[in-house]
Amino acid sequence: MSGQSASWSDKDLGNAVLLSASGRIDLSNAETFKDALSNALSKAKKALILDLSGVDYISSAGLRALMIAFKAGKAEGKAFGIAALQPLLLEIFTISRFNLVFPLFDTVPQAVEKLAPNVGGTAT
Amino acid sequence: MRVIFWGTRGSLPSPINGHAVRRKIVNALVRGAAANLNTVAKAQAFCERELSFAEASTYGGNSACVQIDTGGPEYLVCDLGSGAREFSISALAKHGSGKPQTYHVLVSHVHWDHIMGFPFFVPAFIPGNRIRLYSCHPKLEQAIRAQNKEPCFPVEFSALASTIEFVPLEPGKAYEIAGATVTGMLQLHGNDSYGYRIEKDGKTVVYTTDSEHKPEDTAEMERAAAFFRDADLVIFDAMYSLAESISVKEDWGHSSNMLGVELCQMAGAKQLCLFHHEPVNDDARIDDILAETIRFEEITRSGVPLKVCAAYDGLVIDV
Repeated sequence: MSGQSASWSDKDLGNAVLLSASGRIDLSNAETFKDALSNALSKAKKALILDLSGVDYISSAGLRALMIAFKAGKAEGKAFGIAALQPLLLEIFTISRFNLVFPLFDTVPQAVEKLAPNVGGTAT
Repeated sequence: MRVIFWGTRGSLPSPINGHAVRRKIVNALVRGAAANLNTVAKAQAFCERELSFAEASTYGGNSACVQIDTGGPEYLVCDLGSGAREFSISALAKHGSGKPQTYHVLVSHVHWDHIMGFPFFVPAFIPGNRIRLYSCHPKLEQAIRAQNKEPCFPVEFSALASTIEFVPLEPGKAYEIAGATVTGMLQLHGNDSYGYRIEKDGKTVVYTTDSEHKPEDTAEMERAAAFFRDADLVIFDAMYSLAESISVKEDWGHSSNMLGVELCQMAGAKQLCLFHHEPVNDDARIDDILAETIRFEEITRSGVPLKVCAAYDGLVIDV
């Protein structure tokens, strides 16, 4: 699945779904990214984990898509975590104050261990 | 045009208190202890060179009032928040009370922080002055009259000695006001608000406060960017962080510094001025928000740099 300048795919880890994204998430593809998050969340048993190590930019529209997924996860009793932000992306999360909203993890394995432990599959 | 900020705070006047002033003085004394600051000139130079804006000054606490000097003999002002009192005193000091003036006022909406200065707008009490209150908001006259009425205020509207006129504006239609061309735009805000695009001699100032933007709404973002198109200065509601404005404070009717940058970049605007500061943010916090906004502009820049500043009571910007 992809938008104009970004791509993403999800992977079943057992209790969690890992969605890995790359590229630039902005106004041009935020809506399809939001749909991808919703789809991944619906498949997740306990948690949705995002690997954003390949994302080099996210705009306000992309951050809003994350917020919608985060809220939906909360309503469904599913955990939500974001892992492996590049330094520049972490800066954007900090400026926007989303670093205070979303659980952030340095690595995907750390997120899996915290949010969906003892799952099958391989988190890399 | 010259833009003079008389009130820049959002929602509620928020004066700095004595403890905060004392902290600034103590900090400055400690910072300057070794600098031999034994003349006013040396002390002023030290403040300029060594202290941050928040350490040496304050963003102020008056609510919205921005004067747009179009170079003509008549005044043009956006909103009559508590900053309007100081503006009116300044105008009277310049001309004296015996020389009647004309004041054109563009009102964004009638929430209290944007009209609370009118009962203390001294020219309204003086015969001969002419005050024209313009707004796209249909309840301007009702709100102004209700404010100057018992039990809220002892001076009834009918007792004001100046000539006061209410001039309804239509959004999207251009009007000649105080020598400038003014166009209004409906904004997303509880009970509605309106932004104003003010053009004069090839220069453009956009006054857009109390306006929420939905980043996922492409059509709305493009509509706002078109209103800001090529502006020399955009005075922008940056009350919340982006996270606040699209989570716990969604639909509260205000925007963020990041959306200000994104919209100005979409519009090709030259300068963004952060405005309508959150009352709970102290001077140091606003300093930080400004630094972060400048950094965000650097991160996202794809063409000509967008200049970013934060409004403070007393700021003057020439465009």
